[in-house]
Amino acid sequence: MPSIKNIPEVLTKTIKQREFAVLLVNIILIIIVGIRNPVFFTLENWKDLLMYGSILVFISIGQMMTMVTGGIDLSVGSILAFAGMSVGIIMRENPSFHPLLLTFFGVLIGLGCGLFNGLLIGKGKIPPLIATLATLSIFRGMVVLVSRSRWIVYGDITPGFKLIARGNTLGINNLMFAALIIAVLSYYFLNHTMTGREIYAYGDNKLAAKFVGISRMRIEFIVYMISGVLAGLGGVLWVSRVNTAQASTAVGYEMQTVAACVIGGVSIYGGVGSVIGVMLGALLFSIILNALELIGIVDFWKMSIQGLVILLAVIFDAIIAHRTKEQIRKQRRTFDAESNS
Amino acid sequence: MPNPIAENKMIDSKNKTSFFMRWEFILIVLLVLILAFIAILTPDIFTLRNLLDATITFTEKSILALPMALLIISGVIDISVASISAMAGVLMGVFFKSGVDLGTAVVLGLLVGVAAGFFNGVVITKLKIPSIVVTLATMLIYRGVGYILLGDNAVRNLPESFGVLGGAYGNLFIPIQAIIFFVFTVIFGIILQLSSFGRKIYIIGNNEHAALYSGLHVDRIRIILTTVTGFVAALSGILLTSRIGSARPDIANGNEMMVITIVLLGGVSIYGGKGTIPGVFLSCLILGYIHYGLVLLRIQEQVIRIATGGLLIIALLIPTVVEKIRSLRKIQYE
Repeated sequence: MPSIKNIPEVLTKTIKQREFAVLLVNIILIIIVGIRNPVFFTLENWKDLLMYGSILVFISIGQMMTMVTGGIDLSVGSILAFAGMSVGIIMRENPSFHPLLLTFFGVLIGLGCGLFNGLLIGKGKIPPLIATLATLSIFRGMVVLVSRSRWIVYGDITPGFKLIARGNTLGINNLMFAALIIAVLSYYFLNHTMTGREIYAYGDNKLAAKFVGISRMRIEFIVYMISGVLAGLGGVLWVSRVNTAQASTAVGYEMQTVAACVIGGVSIYGGVGSVIGVMLGALLFSIILNALELIGIVDFWKMSIQGLVILLAVIFDAIIAHRTKEQIRKQRRTFDAESNS
Repeated sequence: MPNPIAENKMIDSKNKTSFFMRWEFILIVLLVLILAFIAILTPDIFTLRNLLDATITFTEKSILALPMALLIISGVIDISVASISAMAGVLMGVFFKSGVDLGTAVVLGLLVGVAAGFFNGVVITKLKIPSIVVTLATMLIYRGVGYILLGDNAVRNLPESFGVLGGAYGNLFIPIQAIIFFVFTVIFGIILQLSSFGRKIYIIGNNEHAALYSGLHVDRIRIILTTVTGFVAALSGILLTSRIGSARPDIANGNEMMVITIVLLGGVSIYGGKGTIPGVFLSCLILGYIHYGLVLLRIQEQVIRIATGGLLIIALLIPTVVEKIRSLRKIQYE
């Protein structure tokens, strides 16, 4: 029962949470950017920002699941491009296909790529970073192979397909709607199902998870599969949003998802991460990118700033982790002293 | 003189395997097969001179594989190397354009690489953040520096004499790049296989905590290794810039994967503590000639990229498969 006495305690607990800190940074950033450039507050700009952010949100959620298991999926950008390009080609050859069918194909391709990653990591026991570094290159090569160096251009996109990103469901833009649905589903999956909890348990302590009987292979297959599926879906939506598919589509996108996760409090050591944190992290990252454009900072700065944001977030986390460890040690010492006396 | 391969056995494996079961032997067989394949493919081109020529395009990655091997053996990985190469190349070009003479510009470019590697090492060891994540971030930062300085442009009009580094023979029979590669192989081979510093690298890679408790300066050694890697990455970037004749921010893209592939195929364990320089050297030649062969067959760059990724996966799957076979055999004996 929450009583008046509890309120300060609950308050300090919320304030101490990572999500709150990220939210605060978000608000501060919004105010600063808004003051520097009022265009930032226009509806049009926010629509652009959120449409970009939506795809980032759900691919980052997939990324988060791999990071919670202590791994990483660097191939999401390539899977996205591969699925987008393949779907574009299918559409060019068969303009009569229903957009939903095309979306299904995209998801299927993503699933295939994810399964391949899962196979290498779960069954082949290859460290995730290296395995997905290799598949990053393989899937990117496939993009060019399937396209035979003929990109998908604006004219190839059917009106129905364009509507995937432009249309609305229940008054909300489809992209944002998809992101919301996926976020809710992932939240439920991670927090209220057996498998979801097992993912956290596995990421937190692999040995303990083994003794409890959690299958390493199953967990890893599941997370890389989900990450692949979401990247595949992201590919379809991406092509529908920008109306082209090229060999260089979404190059380096995996870094943005990693950045969104790290900012959102996902631990690189595994076991820690929340859907809400990642959503806020993705929002923050989208705002940063949007602000850079509005303030007039040239495109070429983007890469370094991305890297800097990741590095700062990681350093921040490392310092926090170090402090928590010290605190636990101190507590243990006082506990020992008390029990000895 | 002690045989480096034989000496390494003490640490490498408890049950002594014969030379013919060793990874290096398999690599030699592989190399011979590939050379035979090239010989069948193009008997006319199969001359020593051409084989040396073929190494030129590959030296930039090969020299980088050597310090990377040391780094991975010590339990750290650096995936920002390609970005350091690009940054060093661009900065060298920018310095030269601003009126510094060429020699100084090259030295400054190398110093940039040293600083970048040192920064990586300090963040990894002092803040205790996994090297993969740190270098993932610095990979973007370093690559971005080149773009900030040059944007879409490139520094052209580098002097003719500078091109010598990249591809020419000088007055020698062997290309300069190949000489650099061979000299580096010998130096790194001596460091890893014969010096006490090399022993320390193996110990740290095998058991970091044990190394720390037995009085090794784990952090210091790792910082030295990342710094050396940064230096060689910068050198590789400058060689590449010299070969293509202009300083550009987008060079060496994806080289980090190629370098890691070389190192792992050379028998270095991704978990650290295992691997030899002779293995890495052979692996350099193998991947170099595979690339050469594929180019001779006029295979697209993209397919070569897929092949490289596939090779990396195969190199990584081998330990798992070998382990499985061994455990099956054990069961049979019992």
